[in-house]
Amino acid sequence: MNYHSPASFAEASRIAADASGITRFLAGGTDVLVQLRADIVTPDTLIDIKKIPGTGEITRNADGSWTLGVAVPGAELGEHTGLVADWPGVVEAMNLVGSTQVQGRATLTGNLCNGSPAADSVPAMVAASMTATVTGPDGNRIVAVQYIPTGPGKTSLAKGELVSALHIPARGENAGDAYLRFIPRSEMDIAVVGCAVNLRLDGDTVVEARVSLGAVAPTVLLVEDAAAAIIGSTLDDAALDRLASAASAACKPINDKRGTIEFRTEVAGVLAKRVARIAYARAKGEIIKGHHG
Amino acid sequence: MSKIHVSTTVNGDAVEYLCDPRETLLDCLRDKLSLTGAKEGCGTGDCGACSVTLDGRLVCSCLVLGVEAEGKEIGTVEGIAEGDVLHPLQQKFIDYAALQCGICTPGILVAAKALLEQNPDPTEEEVRFWLAGNLCRCTGYDKIIRAVMDTAKDMREAV
Repeated sequence: MNYHSPASFAEASRIAADASGITRFLAGGTDVLVQLRADIVTPDTLIDIKKIPGTGEITRNADGSWTLGVAVPGAELGEHTGLVADWPGVVEAMNLVGSTQVQGRATLTGNLCNGSPAADSVPAMVAASMTATVTGPDGNRIVAVQYIPTGPGKTSLAKGELVSALHIPARGENAGDAYLRFIPRSEMDIAVVGCAVNLRLDGDTVVEARVSLGAVAPTVLLVEDAAAAIIGSTLDDAALDRLASAASAACKPINDKRGTIEFRTEVAGVLAKRVARIAYARAKGEIIKGHHG
Repeated sequence: MSKIHVSTTVNGDAVEYLCDPRETLLDCLRDKLSLTGAKEGCGTGDCGACSVTLDGRLVCSCLVLGVEAEGKEIGTVEGIAEGDVLHPLQQKFIDYAALQCGICTPGILVAAKALLEQNPDPTEEEVRFWLAGNLCRCTGYDKIIRAVMDTAKDMREAV
């Protein structure tokens, strides 16, 4: 295995484009090193991107949007009071991944590019309309995060391409996001179902919404019917019931040891209602802390 | 594959080693620096027995490559005591008999120390969540949690 620690994303891309065999990019390493250890993936070329300037930074831009370095670990997101105030759902989703030790290393970008349909942070990133800068041999392109994973363990990134930054839009007024997952224990588990909601209010009425589900299909889903079910409502019981039905209807889950098709489909609706209520309360200015307090 | 030269700091001491890029920081600590306090339990980041700090941040050393330690500051259980004087957590773990076989103990001490530096007055729930990535297969959790809570109390009162 050849180890590289380039000083720029262009160089990282060039190394990957020129490499033969299996290439992996190393940020937090909480998936790459596990796969290496378990002999699931033994890279011929390992490209550590952490020496590239900016990869460890959280930046609030002048227009209120955020730029996140690709090596920022979950723990740092959780400690950033400004980011938590703007995007509590994105942060609480990432902070549910693994243990304290894993939070010291694991990154949003890694969670995205690992391609797990059950990745906790991805529904929250999709609901938040996050985008990624992808650097490749032909330069940079911006892509919505939901188009990066294409199936379990697979991404749309071509040879020589890598995510070089993540972007969150400006939060704006009267808006909130939230994420919840169902697991049969209290921590350190993989989502049976995950759900994120991001919405904006005008007075008491929902005027914008995005609803995303995890672990109920080969990729994280953006469920437009679920968003449509609450847009124009005050999140009354009838709207919440429509939301739950739309969320359940979008599910195409598998049966496995963590949950049956029927269970996942039902829980998706239940979680969508709960998450929408939290996002709504946050949009109203309430401080609702995530699971880890 | 040629080996890579790494210069790093462990418990305040400058150290150097040569490692294969596939070797983990845990391998390097144990096999090259003879610091065997960090244990290999699972090797996949689930058990926390290999917990160390990397630039002050709690991590599993089995999920860090040895080459990634270049220029960093590593903290291990060997650096917790000051000479012959045990850290209050170490003394309290003895007082409470908060260990049985002891394999998980170094990792728990490193993790608990990191918690108390960040949060000197944690609730029991916060301690339990913080240490959720440190598995004890002798089922000694209750004494461990009580030892951490009591150490936190002592350290607050000592300030």
